[in-house]
Amino acid sequence: MPLNIFVLAKQVIDPEMPRSAFQVDRENRRVVTPPTLPPVVNGFDENAVEAALRIKDSEPAEITVISMGQSFALDVMKKPLSMGADSLVLLQDDAFDNTVDSFAVARALTAAIQKIGPFDLIIAGRQASDWDNAQVPLAVAELLGLPSVTIGKKVEVGDGRVTVERQMPDGTEIVESPMPALVTVSNELGQPRYPTLRGIMAATRKQPVVWSLEDLGLDGEQLEPQVETVDLYVPVTEADCEFIEGEDDADAGRLLALKLREAKLV
Amino acid sequence: MADSAGVLVLAETEGGALSPTAAELVTAGLEVAAGLGLPLSVAMAGSDVEATVQEAASLGAQRVYAVEDGILSTDKPELLLEAWAQICRQTNPAVVLIARTTAGRDLAPRLAARLGVGLAQDCLEVKVDEDSGRMIAHRPVYGGNAMAAVVCNGTPQMACIRPKAYEPCEPDDSRTAEVVSLSITLDESMARVKLVERVAEESEGVRLESAKIVVAGGRGLGSPEPFKDLEVIAGLLGAGIGASRAAVDAGWVPPSWQIGLTGKTITPDLYITVAISGASQHMAGCSGSKVIVAVNKDAEANIFKEARYGVVGDWEKVMPSFTETLRELLS
Repeated sequence: MPLNIFVLAKQVIDPEMPRSAFQVDRENRRVVTPPTLPPVVNGFDENAVEAALRIKDSEPAEITVISMGQSFALDVMKKPLSMGADSLVLLQDDAFDNTVDSFAVARALTAAIQKIGPFDLIIAGRQASDWDNAQVPLAVAELLGLPSVTIGKKVEVGDGRVTVERQMPDGTEIVESPMPALVTVSNELGQPRYPTLRGIMAATRKQPVVWSLEDLGLDGEQLEPQVETVDLYVPVTEADCEFIEGEDDADAGRLLALKLREAKLV
Repeated sequence: MADSAGVLVLAETEGGALSPTAAELVTAGLEVAAGLGLPLSVAMAGSDVEATVQEAASLGAQRVYAVEDGILSTDKPELLLEAWAQICRQTNPAVVLIARTTAGRDLAPRLAARLGVGLAQDCLEVKVDEDSGRMIAHRPVYGGNAMAAVVCNGTPQMACIRPKAYEPCEPDDSRTAEVVSLSITLDESMARVKLVERVAEESEGVRLESAKIVVAGGRGLGSPEPFKDLEVIAGLLGAGIGASRAAVDAGWVPPSWQIGLTGKTITPDLYITVAISGASQHMAGCSGSKVIVAVNKDAEANIFKEARYGVVGDWEKVMPSFTETLRELLS
């Protein structure tokens, strides 16, 4: 029996976009971006796909990627398939808009996971680069009653257990959990692989399974937000930088040191 | 069931003492408690919490809940999670505050889900809205490019607060608190995740989180070698050394050097950045610095928007003379 691995992935606004393209629509409490700017798969979620693929590199595994949103750029969300994942399940509904909070997202994902069937491991990115909540995977684990391990930089399975090397502030720790379990991973896992031409061709032929709120057996009431955003604004930063200029760059370096001394900072 | 805990701080403990973040949570909690007209309680759960009771009282808690159980240990977060859940169920708080530490940021979302309520994650500020009588939490989103004000609808309202967002409150040993012991039920089988090994990274330098001066380099340095020059500066200044995520992802320096949203949060008096552009994800980890100094060749770099002193120039030319001048000044 191959291992069944589910990867949770989110489509987000490209966090590498130019700062000038980032606009907040305060009235509607959402971020707006130019229509020409394509979304991306959340970076940490690409790490999650990579973690799953590394397991599949060494033993038989079936990787299902699950994503939830109001609408998707299909070519973007197919990237995990072109990297080597086997199938894609999209939870798509008008109800899954930006006001949905982490707990509601976790509920919908949990319903989808239960609908897909048994699994050994769920892998997700440590947090999404839009709302930076780092909550959904842990809430899913709680709703499914699974053990959870966060911020993995190495994920290995064997004998019904998952072993995770975690990045800690001053070193690493290795923990072990029985499966099924949920693991989140971070950028320390390393660069996700690039899609191969063969992978891209295979992904073109695959069609995602698309489920609505109703398909999940949920109604809008179960998605009522527990956390409501009442304001969204751009923080004000004080721009009072004193630029140190010299005859040339080397002179500016010398003057900078003198300035820090004068200001009693060194 | 005991009376409502009011505003409840769930404090972490380390080696029989309160973690440093507890005093910060009490500062935040006292403000919220005053706004709601409720008492402030602090709860600790651990294998050795006796000494923390007076500590919590001296910080200004009106009520202290102590749960002592020999099987609780920092290596078994699932037991602490269940202990916190039982404390919340027994004490009926209106608000629960947790520190977003390495442990707290994992425990808080599961605790919220276990209690069936929402959580305001990674908050910089919590305050009470006078009209609604609810706590509003302000938190950075989109990598710090925007701030969201959020309200949790259920009870308790729960917030996870970023370390160092609040000043620690001053302890006063003459303060006393009502001490309530709670009885909770834990068993070893709840701890499914087991610690196998902990490997501390060799660090010769100053601890980043508590350093008074920090020197850091970014993507613009182009290779690992220039970090040697930054280490010289750090040595002269007795400073900690760090890096942006780009430099860590490139493999130039160890992950423990990373400053930013997904790295360390620093609050030095002086933060010297070299070839760091200052993306908001980086600034999220250093915006508490008193004075930021930036050396970057791009005059439009975001770092200059938050820096107090800046040099627009090539670090390869700026830094050697900076270092030499420092050496002369400090000799």
